[in-house]
Amino acid sequence: MLSEGSSFMKGMALGGIFCLLLSLLGSFTPGMQSSPEDQHHHHHIKAPTNDELQSLSEPQMVELSQKVRVYCVIMVQPKVLVYWATAKDTWGKHCDQAVFYSSESAKALEAVDLNEQDEWAKLHKALKHAYDNSGDLRWFFVARPTTFAIIENLKYLVLAKDPNEPFYIGHTVKSGELEYVEYESGIVLSYEALRRLVNVFKDVEKCPERGRSLWKLSEEKQLAICLKYTGVFAENGEDTQGKGLFNSKSVGSLIEDGMSKNSLDVVEGCCSDLAITFSGMSPNQMQVMMFGVYRLRPYGHNFHDSLIFLPPEGSDND
Amino acid sequence: MKGLSASRFCFYLGFVVGTLSLYLFLRQLWFERSMELPVLGGVQGSSVAAVAEERQASVERAALINLNVPHHTGEDSRVADELYQKVRILCWVMTGPSNLQTKARHVKATWSRHCNVVVFMSSVDDPDFPTVGLGTGEGRDQLYWKTIRAFHYALEHHGNEADWFLKADDDTFVVVDNLRWVLSNHTPEEPLYFGKRFKPYAKQGYMSGGAGYVLSKEALRRFVEGFKTKVCTHTTSVEDLALGQCLEKMGVLAMDSRDTWQRETFHPFVPEHHLTGKFSKSFWYWNYCYYPIVEGPQCCSDLAVSFHYVDAELMYTLEYWTYHLRAYGYRYRYRPPLPQGLVERLAQSERVTVGAAGRGTIPAGIIVVGGGDQSKMEAVSYKGAARESRIPMDNNRTAVTQERQQ
Repeated sequence: MLSEGSSFMKGMALGGIFCLLLSLLGSFTPGMQSSPEDQHHHHHIKAPTNDELQSLSEPQMVELSQKVRVYCVIMVQPKVLVYWATAKDTWGKHCDQAVFYSSESAKALEAVDLNEQDEWAKLHKALKHAYDNSGDLRWFFVARPTTFAIIENLKYLVLAKDPNEPFYIGHTVKSGELEYVEYESGIVLSYEALRRLVNVFKDVEKCPERGRSLWKLSEEKQLAICLKYTGVFAENGEDTQGKGLFNSKSVGSLIEDGMSKNSLDVVEGCCSDLAITFSGMSPNQMQVMMFGVYRLRPYGHNFHDSLIFLPPEGSDND
Repeated sequence: MKGLSASRFCFYLGFVVGTLSLYLFLRQLWFERSMELPVLGGVQGSSVAAVAEERQASVERAALINLNVPHHTGEDSRVADELYQKVRILCWVMTGPSNLQTKARHVKATWSRHCNVVVFMSSVDDPDFPTVGLGTGEGRDQLYWKTIRAFHYALEHHGNEADWFLKADDDTFVVVDNLRWVLSNHTPEEPLYFGKRFKPYAKQGYMSGGAGYVLSKEALRRFVEGFKTKVCTHTTSVEDLALGQCLEKMGVLAMDSRDTWQRETFHPFVPEHHLTGKFSKSFWYWNYCYYPIVEGPQCCSDLAVSFHYVDAELMYTLEYWTYHLRAYGYRYRYRPPLPQGLVERLAQSERVTVGAAGRGTIPAGIIVVGGGDQSKMEAVSYKGAARESRIPMDNNRTAVTQERQQ
């Protein structure tokens, strides 16, 4: 009896050591939920943390603040003139340069006439035009008519990133093997990414100017494919806590979703404090957003941000 | 396997049991670690759980006493905290049994957490929500009865816990921090009341009920006294007007609650209506407003105190806009000076505490001229702003800088 007991104990001890050895050798992970190694398959880009910013010297901060300037490519439609007027009067004022691109010309609409109906062709032409007219701006943001963007938060996201490196950022979606940035929630491109894109435009086999009629890809996927050829991959924009910064819905919609899910904290679960985009917004909602983002606040709560962005001139709704 | 001895068998069994149990043990360990990661991974370590803990209120009878107001990590809320101590507000919310789950619940989950004390007033006691039963009926004709009894209840049960007493509806959204700012230059020993001022029917005007109004402790005492001495009685069910008339009789002053740029803070409609709507000239509003109506963005102060007719979705949306969503580094156009009493108090605490971030030097603020057609760029760095940023940045920043450089 004793000999059986002791062999049992010996067996247990050996079994334990065996298990430990295996797990230490790394080929055996005891059911970890999601190992950090997984993340290299999904590209994430996070806003800089306070620590990262505080480690920078003053001349470095000055240099960064001069680099981070945004050219906004805002797609509009003459049929709905009010979206052009609203973007111009609201968030567009916070771009270093806001240029409107339209499918066709219309009176009263101050936009670059792309003379195109095909969505990909429009995007293609607009991006080429932006590249040719960028001056010394190094970041490009593409928006749809109903998108609302908080450019300061975009600048914060890319603050510590070098625009001479290729960046293609937004809310990423995976479709099979292709990971692309959702158009509706805004697309961010660094100067280098755009330069490579314009270069690959010359190769009409890889990157056709117009969607092929038989096998038409959505323009957002087409963009991802063209960029992929140049070695640029989509990255998901997130805050320091991993919350997405690019939203394809309006604030109200997201709150509604939270309410119907009966989540414990509807506001906490909605969206990031430093969100960059919301979409599907009406012109009135955009005006109210200006108040909500740039004005409404509780007295006595201060943030000691590392950069200061001054309000634009000649404006009173922000 | 023939001839398997008992001890051999036990050995193999032990081996299997040992492997299995250690596997489960390790799995539990990994699991716990990966659960911890989201909390540690976030730089300032904020998580929903942490916020929820902070938000705990103690329930006393039917009042929620907010012990820890919701805070953001990475935020310097010393001024707000100071005001929380100095300007104590009791919020009572006019509601009813049929509105608890559809309206009052959302008030409870959002803005009322920022009051020092909040009491939900209903016709019926509800120990779970909790609500106070005022012993009235429900309906529009009961509104003034509810108001009278609610204020009496507040003074009797919570008179010592607050300096100011706010009445709001269950479809009113209030930014309590901004209300504290409005009240901060006044003392509760004076008979005053603030709100969205209307002009008809009362010499000094009266405050709109839906937009919320707030009485100083002295004003509340006089209101209760008025009923005791029968100077005030239940005259009409139009609660806001009746209250205004009673207060006027009792010598309580109707105050101007507009900000230092003469913009309204209490609003009787939703933000969209005030910011984008055009009030038709025949609309009653034009004849009611005590101060000139401004349409468009200047209708409303940045430090807005209230909005009315706010549905559930808008409650959360407003809470998000007010307390969460912001533009990084944006310097507001409107930066009013600190209230008098606070300047001294904060300067005192400055010498004792370490800088806000508490982690070595705070980099100098760098101004970036954003937006506009001109690609004008100014990178101006504040020398010594590191020290300045410890003092609340809402106001007088340049003034403080100059002082230091002398």
